[in-house]
Amino acid sequence: MCRLFAMTSETPVSPMIALEAMDVMREGHDGSGVGLFLRDLGGPFEEIKNAPILSGIFSEKGLRRLDTFMMDIGFMTKYKITIKVPKIPPPGVPKRDTYLIRAYEYPEEWDDYSQSDRYEKLLEIRLQLRAMGEEKRDMIVFSFWPDVIMLKEIGDPLQVANYLKLDRNELHARVIMAQGRQNTNYAINLYACHPFFIQGYASMTNGECTAFTPIREFLLSRNYPGYTGYQSDSEIFTHILHYTQTRLGLDISAYKHIITPLQDAAIADHANAGLLKQLKQSCRRLIIDGPNCVIGCLPDHSLFMVQDRKKLRPGVVGGRPGRYAFSSEVCGLDYAVPDRDKSQDFQPMHLDTVIVGPQRQEVSICNQMQPLPPLH
Amino acid sequence: MQPNATIAPSTLSVKDLPWQILWHKDKCTLCGRCTAVCPVNAIELGVFRKRRIKVSLEPQGNPSSGFDIFHGIRQKTDPAYACVGCATCSLVCPNDAILPMRSDEADKLRFHINRGGQPRSRGGRRNVPGGILDQIKFIRISMLTDPALDAGRHEFEMRTLLGRILPPEQNLKFFNENGWIPPVREIYPLIIGGMSFGALSPNMWEGLQMGVAYLNEELGMPVRMCTGEGGCPPRLLRSPFLKYVILQIASGYFGWDEIIHAIPEMVEDPCAIEIKYGQGAKPGDGGLLMWHKVNKLIAAIRGVPPGISLPSPPTHQTQYSIEESVAKMIQSMYMAWGFRVPVYPKISASSTAMAVLNNLTRNPYAAGLAIDGEDGGTGAAYNVSMDHMGHPIATNIRDGYLNLVKVGMQNEIPIFAGGGVGKNGNLAANAATLIMLGASGVQTGKYIMQAAAGCLGSETDRCNICNIGRCPRGITSQDPRLYRRLDVEKVAERVVDLYLAFDMELKKILAPLGRSTALPIGMSDALGISDYYAAQRLSIKYVV
Repeated sequence: MCRLFAMTSETPVSPMIALEAMDVMREGHDGSGVGLFLRDLGGPFEEIKNAPILSGIFSEKGLRRLDTFMMDIGFMTKYKITIKVPKIPPPGVPKRDTYLIRAYEYPEEWDDYSQSDRYEKLLEIRLQLRAMGEEKRDMIVFSFWPDVIMLKEIGDPLQVANYLKLDRNELHARVIMAQGRQNTNYAINLYACHPFFIQGYASMTNGECTAFTPIREFLLSRNYPGYTGYQSDSEIFTHILHYTQTRLGLDISAYKHIITPLQDAAIADHANAGLLKQLKQSCRRLIIDGPNCVIGCLPDHSLFMVQDRKKLRPGVVGGRPGRYAFSSEVCGLDYAVPDRDKSQDFQPMHLDTVIVGPQRQEVSICNQMQPLPPLH
Repeated sequence: MQPNATIAPSTLSVKDLPWQILWHKDKCTLCGRCTAVCPVNAIELGVFRKRRIKVSLEPQGNPSSGFDIFHGIRQKTDPAYACVGCATCSLVCPNDAILPMRSDEADKLRFHINRGGQPRSRGGRRNVPGGILDQIKFIRISMLTDPALDAGRHEFEMRTLLGRILPPEQNLKFFNENGWIPPVREIYPLIIGGMSFGALSPNMWEGLQMGVAYLNEELGMPVRMCTGEGGCPPRLLRSPFLKYVILQIASGYFGWDEIIHAIPEMVEDPCAIEIKYGQGAKPGDGGLLMWHKVNKLIAAIRGVPPGISLPSPPTHQTQYSIEESVAKMIQSMYMAWGFRVPVYPKISASSTAMAVLNNLTRNPYAAGLAIDGEDGGTGAAYNVSMDHMGHPIATNIRDGYLNLVKVGMQNEIPIFAGGGVGKNGNLAANAATLIMLGASGVQTGKYIMQAAAGCLGSETDRCNICNIGRCPRGITSQDPRLYRRLDVEKVAERVVDLYLAFDMELKKILAPLGRSTALPIGMSDALGISDYYAAQRLSIKYVV
């Protein structure tokens, strides 16, 4: 199994909290890898919220190719974090040349671009870099987005964190998502490591999606360049989230109606029966069929958690105003937010979507049986 | 026959026939039931003269002889009366004195069954047992990575959609703007395929309808049944149960005068309209109801004179292309019911099926495509069409689905598979295989006849006389002396039995795969086969 931990905090915190919480839950994962997603960054990135940050792993040659490529398209380095690692990596961790976290200045001609044009272009560049890297096997690119840093590596999460010295001020963030364990059903590949990210939407998942193949086929056939990869079955959750929000204009409260729709009898009694029936029919190929617990992050920095229809995976949300955590197990929550009212901890069940908004003041629970907000 | 008599080319001995009647003189009571019941008059009362020789035990005694007469059963060897192996004689024999046995070598009858220049026609399926569907197994079992579900405990939603589904973006837009959204039916994925009123006896048809009504009304299973090309009884057209019926229109348009005139009086819309362009059992050939079966009732429903053969043309005479067909027929059928009823074509599986499917993708009205493979059954067709014409269903369905995936319309046009589903009794496994290859649901007719009414037909050419109206079970006969053998209520009960059993078996397949909230359409990663080339062709796993 794998274990998930996410935290949203008013004040930027070290990613080590998440990785230590992960370590508390170590009985539940095999320590074969770690993925980290940081957003709403503190430290030096606080001042450059709009600058796109490239996260990835590069060989010496890949780094030179990256520099040439970025120069050619007019991107200038604005700020970078240098991660110096000991000569010998811990057991099971491959030797890498460069873990890159670099913020760029947009090219001047991008000044006229609309927000959505910029987002499309950023995606395009990330995919281009990924393709270049896959061709020569010299770059792995996780994200290229403002105010977002991602790190993934094979190995025991805590050992990797110590090795990369992640407990540094530059990496403090208000939103942190961490996942322990590589996806081992498919070949070990960093692109199969959670969390997954596309255009501001991130998610990580516990459990295997049994409907992966038809869902992947459906997403691939949407003709959207970002819907690619799928080294892990869990990447589909991120893309479905992106699809429902950006292409269908639906709110997060509708996400669960897409991936785990209500049964017909419940839909018939629902206030939005007409809409839900249409969604269930036209998005039928996106029904996940579990067993999965999904934790995700939206562009407005909200964190959310949903369970599959059978609720076969663990997941709990708790905290106090100003700091909330989402964890696979209560022990992870206890470690990260010990000073909370435990009676308020909430384990979402088969109908719930739990959301902690950008204000981080409360846990809101949205039940599938409730009416949906009006469509925008 | 005398040893020096002339032999005609078609003179056969019992040995030359596919079935030989074994008759036990010592058990036979000479009651005559077997000869009375034989649907093809293959046996008759025989009067046998037998020479009896008496040999004296005295050394000087002379042997003498005399003649005895005894009565029994004689098997006819005239090709027109050859035994079909139905074994109804055995069924009625009070002493188990009679049994047809299959010949130990290929029969010679096959060379003589075209007398008068008429090639053999028959009912049933392609006379080739086996098939690839039974070789495919479900290999993606949920083990420790994800828990297997419990077929008896977890909730399952095994429904499929019949109708044109809009892409999600367009669907939401039309929903918000009150645009026209094509009608979509949520139905059970196993449909009773088109078997016409006429091909089937009134008792069989009524039994099926009763079973379907019970499944819907009492058990909440949205099972649908297609009428086949033969119209629909007027009372059913005007009843609320019409919503469980898919009305079929085919190239003979039989019964459609009655249907069109009933539209203003319909209290419910039919589930859908199926336009039959082809049938898997006899691709490129039209429907056929032979004169034996066209009695007054059938003639009235179909709007034809009684006692004449009713061959439907191979094509719809008013249509020359798929474009025209779609434009004319699909849209006018939509119009007839105020755009509230899905309309979809049914074709026989063919290497040209992709062209049809591609055309349908470009028409916003096409509600789906039913493809009928070479193993489909029929009430009447030329033997050559059944045995040698047609395309296997598996590759057609797979190609069709992958083709839709390529254009991103796999959810928009449901494909329904038919033809040999449950041919070897493995209905649920075959259905699940086709669904995972990409079908939205399956249609079956023959299995229903076998399971719900005891049809004896087989792919080793047993019985298969649906065409002549002498069905020994009363399933495909219009003779009240035959069809009264079939108890309507019992047929309905068997329909319910087989659906409930299918439902449980399907759950027993899906639960270990970890699927329950949606039908696993296109879940090809679950399929494996030990035939390398078949695996390559179907894009599924090769496992040994």
